[in-house]
Amino acid sequence: MTAMCDVAFLLLTFFMLTSNFTKKEPVLVATPSSVSEIKIPETNVMTVLVDKTGKVYFGIDGKDNRQQLIQKMAEQYKVNLTPDEIKRYTLLDLAGNPMQVMKTFLDLRADVRDLPENNMGIPADSTNNEFKDWVKAARDINPDFRLAIKADEATPYPVIKKVMTSLQDLDENRYNLITKLEGAPGKE
Amino acid sequence: MAEISQDSGSHKKGGKKRSKKMSTRVDLTPMVDLGFLLITFFMLATTLIKPQTMEITMPSTKKVEEEDKTVAKASQAISLILAKDNSVYYYFGKTEGAKVIKTDYSSEGLRKMLLEKNYDVAKQVEDLKVEKAKVHMTEEDYQKKLSEIKANKNAPVVRIMATDDASYKNLVDALDEMNICSISRYAIVNFDAPDQDMMKAQFADNQLSK
Repeated sequence: MTAMCDVAFLLLTFFMLTSNFTKKEPVLVATPSSVSEIKIPETNVMTVLVDKTGKVYFGIDGKDNRQQLIQKMAEQYKVNLTPDEIKRYTLLDLAGNPMQVMKTFLDLRADVRDLPENNMGIPADSTNNEFKDWVKAARDINPDFRLAIKADEATPYPVIKKVMTSLQDLDENRYNLITKLEGAPGKE
Repeated sequence: MAEISQDSGSHKKGGKKRSKKMSTRVDLTPMVDLGFLLITFFMLATTLIKPQTMEITMPSTKKVEEEDKTVAKASQAISLILAKDNSVYYYFGKTEGAKVIKTDYSSEGLRKMLLEKNYDVAKQVEDLKVEKAKVHMTEEDYQKKLSEIKANKNAPVVRIMATDDASYKNLVDALDEMNICSISRYAIVNFDAPDQDMMKAQFADNQLSK
């Protein structure tokens, strides 16, 4: 009994110390595979998530950063957010809604917030481009942020192109594409 | 603790024998239960494997001075056009009068062509890897030699153009092939008029859009 208990707690300690929690993503995204073996850094990452239907989500690391980010965006888009709503935003890893509906979105119950109809995606078109403002605001908060794009493998290219052109306009020319590990080259 | 366990144990039916034997032991079962419950939680909630990434650098949209531009020789240029249904078209050299060939993302298709074109560099990289495995070479030396090999002026330059029908997977696959084939100079460029017209002229509209 004692031995089993020891092992159990050893494992528990191991998992507690090594754990970094899975980020909660509003949509399930199947990333394409690649042979690249570079790992993504754990901190200072801003993540752009693109789902199959072309909705764009954006999120950055750290609660303090997120608080600054949402305050900046709220100010820019003249949206009045209560401290409670700001706090709710800081608890979200990724969010994808135009600022106009952000308030209503944050007022939703947590369990319905991930439903597809409640996530419209951040507009990233050439005419209406909130996405650029998000990236710009995040860049102002921390210039060391790495940009990571996580997109579904079935995402049509025009959506990716939109995101990439927006980033190019901001002079963000280096970024990471998140992929999953593929076996040895040659396997298809 | 020990007393409590003994006490409560002795009152249980049929537990008398056990409690006598283990009179000084604490009943650890609930604690172990809790331990395993927490283990399960942490195991499920963690990500041990960090996701892989591909680093890409896009060309800047800022105006580049004419003399700073790198001009690729037409003989070195390879253009890839990523089209729908996982098909990929390629041609060498200039757009005008180019012979477009259709292929796919398998190792027999695109990779074979790229490796043939990039034979010198790919072979040197391969040799370097073998050398690294045989001789004890520091990572630093390896990277230095690798970048020397990749700086080869005669290596092909690849333009990757994706049509609107291509998917993100196609793009990543194409970029991946660049890595596999040790092609250091490549760029993602827009699929613009000259190429569109050329593709239209050579292929029926139902194979390609726009």
